[in-house]
Amino acid sequence: MSKNKLLSGPYLLFILCGTVIPLLAILYYALVDKNGSFTLRNIASVAEPVHLKALGLSLLLAFICTVICLLLAFPLGLLLRKSGGKNKGFVIFMLILPMWMNFLLRTIAWKVLLQKTGVINSILAALGISNGINIINTPYAVVLGMVYDFLPFMILPIYNVMIKIDNSLVEAAYDLGASSFKVMKDVLLPLSMPGIISGITMTFVPAMTTFAISQILGGGNIYLIGNIIELEFLHGGSRNVGSGLSMVMMVFILISMALLNKFDKNGEGTVI
Amino acid sequence: MANILELVHVSKSFDNEMVLDDLNLEIKENTFMTLLGPSGCGKTTTLRIIGGFTTPDSGKVLFEGRDITNLPPNKRHLNTVFQKYALFPHMNVGDNIAYGLKISGKSKSYIDSKIDYALKLVNMDGYKNRAVTQLSGGQQQRIAIARAIVNEPKVLLLDEPLGALDLKLRQDMQYELIRLKNELGITFIYVTHDQEEALTMSDTVVVMNQGYIQQMGSPENIYNEPENAFVATFIGDSNIIDSIMIHDELVRICGVNFPCVDKGFGVNKPVDVVIRPEDVILDEVGKGQLDGVVTHLIFKGVHYEMEVMAGGFEWLVQSTVLQPVGKEVSLRVDPFNIQIMNKPASEDEEAVVVDV
Ligand SMILES: Nc1ncnc2c1ncn2[C@@H]1O[C@H](COP(=O)(O)OP(=O)(O)O)[C@@H](O)[C@H]1O
Ligand SMILES: [Mg+2]
Repeated sequence: MSKNKLLSGPYLLFILCGTVIPLLAILYYALVDKNGSFTLRNIASVAEPVHLKALGLSLLLAFICTVICLLLAFPLGLLLRKSGGKNKGFVIFMLILPMWMNFLLRTIAWKVLLQKTGVINSILAALGISNGINIINTPYAVVLGMVYDFLPFMILPIYNVMIKIDNSLVEAAYDLGASSFKVMKDVLLPLSMPGIISGITMTFVPAMTTFAISQILGGGNIYLIGNIIELEFLHGGSRNVGSGLSMVMMVFILISMALLNKFDKNGEGTVI
Repeated sequence: MANILELVHVSKSFDNEMVLDDLNLEIKENTFMTLLGPSGCGKTTTLRIIGGFTTPDSGKVLFEGRDITNLPPNKRHLNTVFQKYALFPHMNVGDNIAYGLKISGKSKSYIDSKIDYALKLVNMDGYKNRAVTQLSGGQQQRIAIARAIVNEPKVLLLDEPLGALDLKLRQDMQYELIRLKNELGITFIYVTHDQEEALTMSDTVVVMNQGYIQQMGSPENIYNEPENAFVATFIGDSNIIDSIMIHDELVRICGVNFPCVDKGFGVNKPVDVVIRPEDVILDEVGKGQLDGVVTHLIFKGVHYEMEVMAGGFEWLVQSTVLQPVGKEVSLRVDPFNIQIMNKPASEDEEAVVVDV
């Protein structure tokens, strides 16, 4: 027992310095004003129109990003399951490969690709398509960047759960007369739920809180809640207001997680 | 009785390895038929071809005379009880049983009465709302059977359904399955590698080895008149002795002529002779047909098992009378207990003997 405690020491120390102390600091700053006296104004500042708008946009884009990732990842999981292992390793490798590169670099690469005179439009122009695509600095580009960055976090947990589903369950459903669609809906989907819940969490949370993607691909036009908080902290705003908004965002995330976990009846794979 | 199912010239290989080679099988309506053979002989593959989960490379599957070779499993009038039960873990007992009925669009009241009926049939009254993950292996197996039979299939396929249960439970379930079969009046196709199980339960036993049917017949027929050395060894203990058929009804075993009842093997023809250990009678020296010495003795509960060295062959003998090791005895075998078999003609036919 004491040996176990000793072994978990470094981790506990890390959690203490990296999570608990900063959280407490943010909680403190959120509840005091510049002079250090108690106030709820920092938290209430979320009701300011600019902040509400940013929060709403964050929720919306994170939601869209999560739905797109799910729509891409679930069929891919079905496909990988069906292919019976032959190319599994390779496909997974291809999916994870982008993760080996820093995500800021990847996002900046998209900026280069999407620019009005960027790679994609040059190629399109060369092909005689003059209009090209003009999504850079719009929410579309931000969602694209989010999906690109977070898709592997949706695919991996879904894939991991799916390949473990015993094939005799699928065969049993066919045996009892189910069509392919019914097998998917009645057997594969419910049994993939723990992976789907994990995937949603691991996609929705970073998408909800990102400020880098919106900054790089939004060109300063798109303000997500993360951008607002960054402004408050780093660019001449108030660290107290930033902390207040952070607390609000955290509550939103905790509520989302609680709702999600309600769906996950088995209680397994509830993630992080 | 009409054939409900037929396999016609069915062949199947995996990775260039022949698993079933030109298999032909006719299954009569309302029989309990067992595919029996050592592990890896192609029993499951045969069952999966019947169920529609595996497509044969060549040949046909006929159901009531209709070709169903390319029909998917969800379109076949059969249901399967899988070896590992394969109950849906996210549904309770009642929902598992109801699944097939819901798909075929039955009414709620019909489904409810069917669930109750099936639970009663498998002695699981009152388990309707239990989670399947909380059931024991034997209970899960019963639910798997209930889930299959509520759909009123004409044929029920069972792949080693009792394989994971302990001995006592297995014996109980054997009797229950026979009862179920008789109550339902449908065809059971049952796969097992356990010869005792096969002999206990079946109307017809199909002994398979290496993708070939070695023999098909009633349990008595398979046990008493094995057609080749593989069947004789696989089904119970036996003495298999190189012998010479002198002429009809006389065979030379270990240098001594024994009268027998078989005919038509030719004159001075090498054959295999099968004699079951319980059919060897021990007598005082000089009074039987062949003298020998007892070399081993084991008490087996119901009887003693002895090995007797006689005529250069170690005979396995079962008897309720003890003969001590070293005692000189004489062997005798009644003519109708001597089973003559042709020696395997080709290598393919030469069935490898596997202990299970
Ligand atoms: N899907 C498959 N892929 C490759 N080989 C298989 C497959 N299914 C069965 N086999 C092979 O076919 C042979 C017969 O298998 P099976 O029908 O399961 O035997 P049994 O049920 O009699 O033990 C075995 O050698 C097995 O390895
Ligand atoms: Mg098998």
